[in-house]
Amino acid sequence: MTPVKVSVAAAIASILLILVVLELIRGRRLKERYALLWLVTGVVLLVLSVWREGLTTIAGWLGVATYPPAILFAIATLFIIVVLLHYSTVLSQLDEQNMLLAQRLALLETEVDRLRDDGSGPTGAVS
Amino acid sequence: MTPGRIVAIVPAYNEAGAIGGVVAAIRAANPRFDVVVVDDGSRDETSAIARAHGAAVVTLPYNIGIGGAVQTGFKYALERGYGMAVRLDGDGQHDPGELPKLLGPIERDEADIVTGSRFADGSGDYRPPLARRIGIIWFARIVSLLTRQRVTDTTSGFQALNRKGIALFAGDYPNDYPEVEATVLVFKHRLRLVEVPVTMRERETGSSSITFLRSIYYVLKVTLALFIAMVRKYAVPQEEVTGS
Repeated sequence: MTPVKVSVAAAIASILLILVVLELIRGRRLKERYALLWLVTGVVLLVLSVWREGLTTIAGWLGVATYPPAILFAIATLFIIVVLLHYSTVLSQLDEQNMLLAQRLALLETEVDRLRDDGSGPTGAVS
Repeated sequence: MTPGRIVAIVPAYNEAGAIGGVVAAIRAANPRFDVVVVDDGSRDETSAIARAHGAAVVTLPYNIGIGGAVQTGFKYALERGYGMAVRLDGDGQHDPGELPKLLGPIERDEADIVTGSRFADGSGDYRPPLARRIGIIWFARIVSLLTRQRVTDTTSGFQALNRKGIALFAGDYPNDYPEVEATVLVFKHRLRLVEVPVTMRERETGSSSITFLRSIYYVLKVTLALFIAMVRKYAVPQEEVTGS
């Protein structure tokens, strides 16, 4: 069985995580889109810290019945990996969009300069 | 700047098949309408076709999502000084013939935002697929509960707005499934929202931007956003009203 102190500490940490995430959304420093995974992480960790029998059962399945808190670490790590992977995809998308914006802006700037210089309208199709 | 003129905001994503007809129908419905199509990074000829049919076109450099696209339209309306705006989808499901019904309460100054509802008393027979209907009812219940006002259709993008409504949405508009959260936003800013019954047509071309796999994610996300929206502080508070 998990030591009670471990369960209490893990439960407090999970609740803190959930509260901090909710407050960040409320203050508009975090968008719901990027908060959902964190909330799921917090709720899963909270359930596993409170539901001690469940943690023991899972530990039994994986052959670490002598030390169930290992499952808490494993699951927390798993979720952190998922969140990081998600961020990597978001980062890649932002990278791509940032490049498109820079290109679009540079092309528009050229177009504005040309319009200012000769006063005539664009000759080719724009966009 | 544009007195007496009304801007019709039409967000469109890969709607080359429908957009021409939509623009033409709006312009034919009322000569006071200026149509602006916000092309949300389409890969087809949406922009060119809309322009050919006489719409002003704002082409986004890549797909930013429905909420961002619609908000681009509201910003355009605000910057161009329009006092009234209507919003229709680019797929042809909203009938421009219904627009006088939507504009009525705005012109009589009885509302700041009017939504065309498929489920209000007197609406046409609209039977969406079961999963979609459950989502629509779920959001209608929650929003009605939060705003203490009977709202029957929170996912309708068929709207008319006055200058106050345009300014609100130009400044703050959510992204995924934006209409649901926007309803709470309207309530929090104490703007007057009125629903009028409308009949919507079946989609002409294209497919709904919401696929089934993503819908559970959206329902979770939007539900969370709704409750957060209720406890959020707003930068542009309207005059305090006691009671309610």
